[in-house]
Amino acid sequence: MLQFDNVSKRYQETGEVLRDVSFHLRRGELAFLTGHSGAGKSTLLKLIAVMERCNKGSIFLDGENLSHAKEKHIPYLRRKMGFIYQDYKLLQDRTVFDNVALPLVIAGFGHQEVGRKVRAVLDKVGLTGKEKKFPLALSGGEQQRVGIARAVVNKPPIIIADEPTGNLDPDLSAEIMRLFENYQQVGVTVLIASHDISLISKMNHRVLKLDHGQLVAR
Amino acid sequence: MNKHPQKKRPQTREIKTPTYKPVKSDVRPNTAAGGGFVDKANAYRDLHAHALFSSLGRLVAEPFSSIMTIAVLAIAISLASGFYLVLVNAQQLTGNLEASTQISLFLKEEVSDNRAVKLLETIKNNPKVQQATLINREQGLEEFKTYSGFGSAVDALKSNPLPIVIEVLPKNSLTNKDDLEALQHEFQQNEGVELAQLDMLWLERLQSIIALGGQAVSLLNLMLGLAVLLITANTIRLELHSRREEVIIAKLMGATHAFIRRPFLYAGAWMGFISGVAAWFIVTVLMLALRSSVEHLSKLYGGDFHLLFFSFGQTLQLIAIATGLGVLGAWGVLIYQLQRTKPE
Repeated sequence: MLQFDNVSKRYQETGEVLRDVSFHLRRGELAFLTGHSGAGKSTLLKLIAVMERCNKGSIFLDGENLSHAKEKHIPYLRRKMGFIYQDYKLLQDRTVFDNVALPLVIAGFGHQEVGRKVRAVLDKVGLTGKEKKFPLALSGGEQQRVGIARAVVNKPPIIIADEPTGNLDPDLSAEIMRLFENYQQVGVTVLIASHDISLISKMNHRVLKLDHGQLVAR
Repeated sequence: MNKHPQKKRPQTREIKTPTYKPVKSDVRPNTAAGGGFVDKANAYRDLHAHALFSSLGRLVAEPFSSIMTIAVLAIAISLASGFYLVLVNAQQLTGNLEASTQISLFLKEEVSDNRAVKLLETIKNNPKVQQATLINREQGLEEFKTYSGFGSAVDALKSNPLPIVIEVLPKNSLTNKDDLEALQHEFQQNEGVELAQLDMLWLERLQSIIALGGQAVSLLNLMLGLAVLLITANTIRLELHSRREEVIIAKLMGATHAFIRRPFLYAGAWMGFISGVAAWFIVTVLMLALRSSVEHLSKLYGGDFHLLFFSFGQTLQLIAIATGLGVLGAWGVLIYQLQRTKPE
């Protein structure tokens, strides 16, 4: 599903951030991406989102080479990924419903289908009845679930989460992780960047560990 | 930290798990919108309708800044269209005059009324002449009193100082300046004629002044159009800046540039449209205010000059151009800025 082949990324200011990174995530696999701050976790995620391009090597998503993707194809590639962020990145002036509907509206779904899909996904993440609320009226855990709902509503084959539990307490974190496992069980590939070692060790999943830009555990 | 099996909330969620069936086909690699052509077309129409109304909603949501911007735009557009209208009216004025190119023959003082009538007959028989009218001394005086505004001054005169005048209207086919001058020269040779005056020179001057005015108006309108373009561009740039977060999130969700541009383009269109309508009102009100003065002046000169307002077609054109400039200004800034608005 997601394959890194000898990927290196160098920034002019900071030098080499990723060196010769190779791994392969299969369909329906859940993996953690971990490492100290500055080990290159965010850069790796940015490469997947095609916010940055690698200097060497290739990245394949679902058989498509991301490193050579044309600028105009990038939006369509991103529709195959669901992104989840530590700070949720919700639109504060839109309701929960509108936030979750955004990827569907972008993909060009009709209004009725959008309504149906959004209600279904809100039900799955346990936010039924909150669709008319604004993000600020929700707790952190609820906001993150809105973020997850938005990431999965268009059924992307891969979910990429950047420190999804960074702002949440352990109970809520475990709850969020269980949600990810549920998606993994239905065949979605999940990659979670996290440095919450205790949480990672509790869950029995593959761990990709970055150390100074190199993959030391895969 | 050991695992606690007691957590209540996760357990309620466990109950829900059976609702997703763990089958692979649940994942759809193709994330394009489903449905047939009609569904997609409807969705596309919905997007446009949403962009159309949400962009108007944003303008209304911040009335103060919207009104300020639109007022500036409307003033610029009304200046441009006002200049244009003045030009059109001036052209209409010369158009009226052009049709009345005539040669005035001022007869010598010693020429009697009888001789003048005979002269009139010979002139009428000239094949190059369409019409000739004689204005005797008394008629001339009456006319002068009525139109010059010097009535009382004329009354003070002891004798009538005006000569007999024959006004000659050349044949319509005679539009060439040389031919007209030849005809004028021919009349000048007549011994009863003191002065044959062809009213051409001042008309030429007026025409060239108006042509110059036309050029000046075109240039001014170009500058004003550019101003409208830049004002909308800057307004859209500010709007884009304040919605930067939203743009970035939409980009990460796979929005194309066209999707992101759409509401901003509609915002530009709305600003242009509203300013165009406002400019039409401003110009029309100003023209109405001027109308009575212009018509009074026109009466003084014996002309049937009527102030031209915007025709229906011109009104549509004005609003269309204003809307177009709004869209164009927004478009320009979006092309430039969206490339630069990258997710951090």
